[in-house]
Amino acid sequence: MADAKVIPFDDDRTRGGAAQRPSRRRNAGSRRTGENAVVRDARESGEVQALPGLAGSTEDVPVTREKPEPSQEAAGALDGAVDGGALERRIASGLAFLRKRLTGDYEVDDFGYDAELTDQVLMSLLRPLYEKYFRVEVKGIGNIPAEGGALIVANHSGTLPMDGLMMQVAVHDNHPAGRHLRLLAADLVFMLPVVNELARKLGHTLACAEDASRLLQQGELVGVMPEGFKGLGKPFGERYKLQRFGRGGFVSTALRAGTPIIPCSIVGAEEIYPMIGNSRTIARLLGFPYFPITPTFPWLGPLGAIPLPTKWTIQFGEPIPTDGYPPEAAEDPMLMFNLTDQVREQIQHTLYKLLVQRRSVFF
Amino acid sequence: MLVTGVARQLGGRFVRRIQRDPDVDRVIAVDAVPPEHHLGGADFVQADIRHPAIARVLAEHNVDTVVHLDVTGTPLGSGGRTTLKETNVIGTMQLLGACQKSPLIKRLVVKSSTNVYGSAPRDPAVFTETMPPKSLPSGGFAKDTVEVEGYVRGFARRRPDVAVCVLRFANILGPSADSPLASYFSLPVLPTVLGYDPRLQFVHEDDVIEVLRIASHEPARGTLNSGTFNIAGDGVLLLSQCARRLGRPTVPLLMPAVAWVGSMVRTLGVTDFSPEQLRLLTHGRVVSTNQMRETLGYRARCTTAETFADFARGRGPGLLPPEAVAGAVDRLAALAVPAPGGGRTPTQSAN
Repeated sequence: MADAKVIPFDDDRTRGGAAQRPSRRRNAGSRRTGENAVVRDARESGEVQALPGLAGSTEDVPVTREKPEPSQEAAGALDGAVDGGALERRIASGLAFLRKRLTGDYEVDDFGYDAELTDQVLMSLLRPLYEKYFRVEVKGIGNIPAEGGALIVANHSGTLPMDGLMMQVAVHDNHPAGRHLRLLAADLVFMLPVVNELARKLGHTLACAEDASRLLQQGELVGVMPEGFKGLGKPFGERYKLQRFGRGGFVSTALRAGTPIIPCSIVGAEEIYPMIGNSRTIARLLGFPYFPITPTFPWLGPLGAIPLPTKWTIQFGEPIPTDGYPPEAAEDPMLMFNLTDQVREQIQHTLYKLLVQRRSVFF
Repeated sequence: MLVTGVARQLGGRFVRRIQRDPDVDRVIAVDAVPPEHHLGGADFVQADIRHPAIARVLAEHNVDTVVHLDVTGTPLGSGGRTTLKETNVIGTMQLLGACQKSPLIKRLVVKSSTNVYGSAPRDPAVFTETMPPKSLPSGGFAKDTVEVEGYVRGFARRRPDVAVCVLRFANILGPSADSPLASYFSLPVLPTVLGYDPRLQFVHEDDVIEVLRIASHEPARGTLNSGTFNIAGDGVLLLSQCARRLGRPTVPLLMPAVAWVGSMVRTLGVTDFSPEQLRLLTHGRVVSTNQMRETLGYRARCTTAETFADFARGRGPGLLPPEAVAGAVDRLAALAVPAPGGGRTPTQSAN
């Protein structure tokens, strides 16, 4: 599906990217680019046909993910205990956890981040989706510092902000220090019932300069997707084309805090819900920024809300330092625009590179 | 020193405490109704701050410090919301007018509330003193405090020689607190808004008294006690956590249902379940206390959690005491972990 994008970037590859990353996969990918289109079309149609079966076999994954949302964490802990079966220690720890939760004996930070619940329940609910469903491959995790604040800037796509959650799991599970990513989310997240509660407990907070700089000053790892709804709700035809990066507020926040900016490119999230249409009337009625129409949604009802099992790659790029600038630099609009463009370009280039390397959307 | 609003528990406690300070000569306690508690050796003057007579009291007693505590959310005894609003807003206006005319006034301390920030989903997670609220409170006590603060700012502009200190207290709790939130937590079953778990912050009564005391004296070296300060205990509790620690079951209701229950409860006069409070219980509110620590030089003795524990002790157990729940889980553990875990089971139930 990414072929339309791939062809123009052969020149990008010859510019010197190949010398930097001589990977076997890239060669394989480029060889495929040269193949005739008929073969690819056949392969793709095969994939599309194989999909319903795939979706059926993995159907239980989203179901288990959704189940604990309305109920309390107690259900999750009990589930864990039942699954554990013979592992009596696991039962004991599960019950100890349950006991703590039921008596309210746990801590949350000023932002409502519930570290214990996130680690023990919410993360383990996202993990099957991360490992088995999207099979996320993570590159460049070493670019994230082991300690101190850093701002991860990523592209945003996929109709539902699945990419943010996957990035959070990716950072936590792959980073040697097991760092927690604190995501900045749109205000819509904090208006919706249940969603706002879970978002706060997962450590997300409102995307505003005050919260971001407070988190960065606390030495937290902050994740932001400056495209916002423009990126999330863009039509399928515009996939992997970065939208405008807001007003570059994230750069001035990082500059003020003196923390590095880490560009992050996520490939695979664009195809989970191919948005072929947007019903503005329903969107306006519900107060959402867009209302997606995909080949399956809303035609198949809740079944259509199951994401396509695409294969994901998350690459963290080289950090862009911001500590070399004078303190008044955060007020300089020219510098802001330059840095914003630099980050944007880097993400876009990495996206193209990853797309060239990708063998197929689903494998 | 003149203290208003002494008929309330908090005002009474403050008057009793402040008289023990060596640099306080006399305390004039003012309220519209005589207090039920004793006021130590303070002179009680029965005066309604909504009337200009308060200016005469100020002049007669050569007052140099005014501590204005009569900005409250719960009516005292009879008298509805209208009287309360008048006392809060008109009373403050009269008092400030009297202060402006008095040449002796050196210091003014006003009790406000973090309600001025409102609570909305678009707000930043943590408020600092300089942040304007995204949506101004629409009514009730929160709107009163916004108006009171507006008048106080005007006064500070007109009388730059007076040190003005506005203290924005988070929800005050303690064994004897009579705030709206305290009466909410005394309900046997707590109605909550389905799908929302607000972050709450509390401040202990003892801390309130201490901060008021610091604000009403000359500042200590290296600190400054004029300006606006957020006063709250460290840390945050979620409403669900509060309910579990208190041992009271929650009933999550849909937003319209909560509003309906709220109005019903209000009609019955059990508690003031105002729209503002409903908003607080939906979106929560957390303030930054850096200014309190760094500029005012005060470190809250009780964290939010300790304050709540103290409050819970004073209220007695609810329908589901945490100890009983913990015991039930332990019994479950004893059942679930059979013979091989025999060594572990007793230690667990011993907990």
